[in-house]
Amino acid sequence: MFKNISKKFGTKKLLAFTAAAAMTFASGARAEDTIKVGILHSLSGTMAISETTLKDTMQMLIDEQNKKGGLLGKKLEAVVVDPASNWPLFAEKARELLTKDKVAAIFGCWTSVSRKSVLPVIEELNGILFYPVQYEGEESSKNVFYTGAAPNQQAIPAVDYLMNDLKVKRWVLAGTDYVYPRTTNKILEAYLKAKGVSKKDIMINYTPFGHSDWQSIVADIKKFGSAGKKTAVVSTINGDANVPFYKELGNQGVSAEDIPVVAFSVGEEELSGIDTKPLVGHLAAWNYFMSVDTTKNAAFIDQWKKFIKNDKRVTNDPMEAHYIGFNMWVKAVEKAGTTDPDAVQKAIIGVEFPNLTGGTAKMLPNHHISKPVLIGEIQDNGQFLTVWQTNKVVDGDAWSDYLPESKPIIADWTPPISCGNYNTKTKKCSGQNYK
Amino acid sequence: MIIKTYSTIIGLTIALLLPIGSARAEQPGIRDAYAEAVAKVGRGSMAEREQGIAALAEAGNPRSLDILRALLDGRLYQEKSTGALVIAEKNAGRFKIEEASNGADLGFAEAEAIGRINITNRIRGELRKLIGQLGLGAEDASARLAAVREMTKDPDQKTLELLQKRSAVETDQRVKRAIDLIFLVRDLDSGDKTARIRALKALQDYDSQEVVNKLNAMLEPDGEGGYAEADADIRNQAKITLHAIDTRIGLYHAAETVFFGLSLGAVLVLAAIGLAITFGVMGVINMAHGELMMLGAYTTYVIQQLLPDSLGLSIFLAIPAAFLISALAGLAIERGLIRFLYGRPLETLLATFGVSLILQQGVRSIFSPLNRSVATPSWMSGSWQINDFLSLTWNRFYILIFCLLVFTALLQILKRTRLGLEVRAVAQNRRMAKAMGIPTDRVDAMTFALGSGIAGVAGVALSQITNVGPNLGQAYIVDSFMVVVFGGVGNLFGTLVAGFSLGIANKFLEPYAGAVLAKILVLVFIILFIQKRPRGLFPQKGRAAEA
Repeated sequence: MFKNISKKFGTKKLLAFTAAAAMTFASGARAEDTIKVGILHSLSGTMAISETTLKDTMQMLIDEQNKKGGLLGKKLEAVVVDPASNWPLFAEKARELLTKDKVAAIFGCWTSVSRKSVLPVIEELNGILFYPVQYEGEESSKNVFYTGAAPNQQAIPAVDYLMNDLKVKRWVLAGTDYVYPRTTNKILEAYLKAKGVSKKDIMINYTPFGHSDWQSIVADIKKFGSAGKKTAVVSTINGDANVPFYKELGNQGVSAEDIPVVAFSVGEEELSGIDTKPLVGHLAAWNYFMSVDTTKNAAFIDQWKKFIKNDKRVTNDPMEAHYIGFNMWVKAVEKAGTTDPDAVQKAIIGVEFPNLTGGTAKMLPNHHISKPVLIGEIQDNGQFLTVWQTNKVVDGDAWSDYLPESKPIIADWTPPISCGNYNTKTKKCSGQNYK
Repeated sequence: MIIKTYSTIIGLTIALLLPIGSARAEQPGIRDAYAEAVAKVGRGSMAEREQGIAALAEAGNPRSLDILRALLDGRLYQEKSTGALVIAEKNAGRFKIEEASNGADLGFAEAEAIGRINITNRIRGELRKLIGQLGLGAEDASARLAAVREMTKDPDQKTLELLQKRSAVETDQRVKRAIDLIFLVRDLDSGDKTARIRALKALQDYDSQEVVNKLNAMLEPDGEGGYAEADADIRNQAKITLHAIDTRIGLYHAAETVFFGLSLGAVLVLAAIGLAITFGVMGVINMAHGELMMLGAYTTYVIQQLLPDSLGLSIFLAIPAAFLISALAGLAIERGLIRFLYGRPLETLLATFGVSLILQQGVRSIFSPLNRSVATPSWMSGSWQINDFLSLTWNRFYILIFCLLVFTALLQILKRTRLGLEVRAVAQNRRMAKAMGIPTDRVDAMTFALGSGIAGVAGVALSQITNVGPNLGQAYIVDSFMVVVFGGVGNLFGTLVAGFSLGIANKFLEPYAGAVLAKILVLVFIILFIQKRPRGLFPQKGRAAEA
């Protein structure tokens, strides 16, 4: 190998190369004075709308930590990269962060497909990723910490609320056509059937990304909902498609009292960019609302507005997830006394940190966290009015108990199991082949 | 009674002397039911609010209806300093407030000084019912009709009495019919067989979802070989009635689908018509066409920000403004880039794609990556409810008309103006036109600006139905090219026919195939069609077409 290179380049060039390499190492050694934290959120492209805010949140949290004196006596340094809403680029950028910048942890990704694309890289290089968005579950990696909601922390409680409090009998499961809605709706359908809802009372509908012509679908929902039984729409419609959807509902005269829509992807940030009139009264299920009145939350909102220098900016659920995830990571590093991934992965399990909305989040052995579940009605100022909430925190469940194939599977990263995909029946660690 | 009047007088006197709501409300013994109800609406808990609302409707004060309406519309606020309920109207950044309980003008208040009274869906439902009951005596017949419709859903005894009274004095035919319907449906549940049969026969002429549900429930098998309705004669009559209504429903649904298709087609035509000029007439593959629409949509947003109090006017102003802005942008693109690339379609494609990325990121930097909110004027929201089964949404309706207007205007420009003549001449035979003294360079620039301007106008329409954000253009660019190619390059009528037929085909497929598959099927059809007729529906004839 060495011979080949020296033949090709000649000795002079090789010397130059070695010198350059030595310099890189030297600069690497200098950089050891700080602990680097990777931020992997899209700043351009389709997802920039949601992810830019999270990049800013991370910078705010890192600034704050540095003001408190940093971590392990060193300053934290944010390394921001832009994967540009391009899924393969997420993997490349993750590799760059881990090998070139040697970051201690990465905070990033939004869509499930971007996380799936980063997964092999982060496992191969044994990094740490904090993923802050609600997702479909059915995954638990040694190297990923899921600080957003699993289906049992968002979708299932929302359906329970509709079923028990609003006495909903017919269900429309509407979603954008990709992995998160498909898996979530599969779990919800199984859950509803287990609760005795018959097949003809469930309508499932998928639409392409950014769908804007909702006329026929809303007309169908109206028809489906006019059969005399209370009907609700459970919406996993993503991003941009929501506005025309709610507009069409409003225009066709479907009001929140007749057919409420409960959404899992509509938060304060999304509401701040749209005309909220047609959405008033519809519901959303999250683990955090900006409107929740606690001193911690007020302080967080205040800090955010000061940092971003804009009084109009809002806070949302994934921001809280990063806030919790980052602070848990800080605690774990302090506990372990090092940023070494293996030590941190071990130390972080069981770490607790208070939620902004009250209660305490705890990192569970399955790498998910415990969260309260809130259901709110959208008000016309773009905020939520909490109408229901769980009285204690709910533990995140990586593998849904309502799907037959994942029912016996559990994730537990503590010995003796130490596995993200452990079958309690066959006593085997299988599937994703985690080490 | 005397005591009550007395207390009201004291209450009013105190109100005049001491305009502090909370002080007055806390005085025990001098509150009447109305004042108490008003106070209750303002208190913290939702349960109390609900009781307060019911009490307010009960109190029968002429102000009750105003307060309930304000609450439903989100105009009822609480003064933070005094706790008094006020009805607030946004006025130039501040709020003009009036005392809720007596309508007294309290001047202006800053947004920070008042807090909105929140309500939940439960309360909203309750409010609608109560407002319905109170609105039954309204002057306006359509308000009465709306009130009756609101009361149709499981009416209680009190509602029925109110309706009976109203029916006796009602003069408006539509309102009377709506009330009759409620009683006919009630008759279905009576014990008298002849009354039931009579009701069933009468119900044949009503297009009501209520009736269809009721009849379907009667004809439901009960699982033991029988039916929910035991009497066979009644079942037969119910079947006949249901069949009559169902036949009409079928027609309504067909009409609705055609309307949906036309309105989707209108959006497609609007998006494609600018491209029909730049691509169709000039042969320039302009990948930045979608971004020119995006510029039009953002222009609408900016104008709305400048004129926050007159939504309707801002939309009308946005049309020429968007045309100008996009036309100027188009002119700049043509002069700065495309004119160097005529006859090199691949390079043009790449260069304009680059322009589209620059425009997108530019908008992202200026307006932030978040979508901007463009409000819809009230005359463009809601729908024209023809009956329970057929309603046409206003925004789609106006966009359909707007599309036809834009198309006609463009056609007139091409047919009747000097620019139009020159455009057609250059498109037919560039060299000959040049030989005749037509400045082809300038004509190219103007044609491109015209097409771009039309794209901007389309952006105004799109801002009313979809998101105004950096990605707006990308969502429509493929559809635009599809329509132009399908219609036949260089033919405006082709674009119109292609847009509408693709829209209708899509909407007829959607209920059977789902939105995703419908779109795929339409694309597959177009691919096959282009194989057979590469020049589209209406190919351009003549020598130029061969070149």
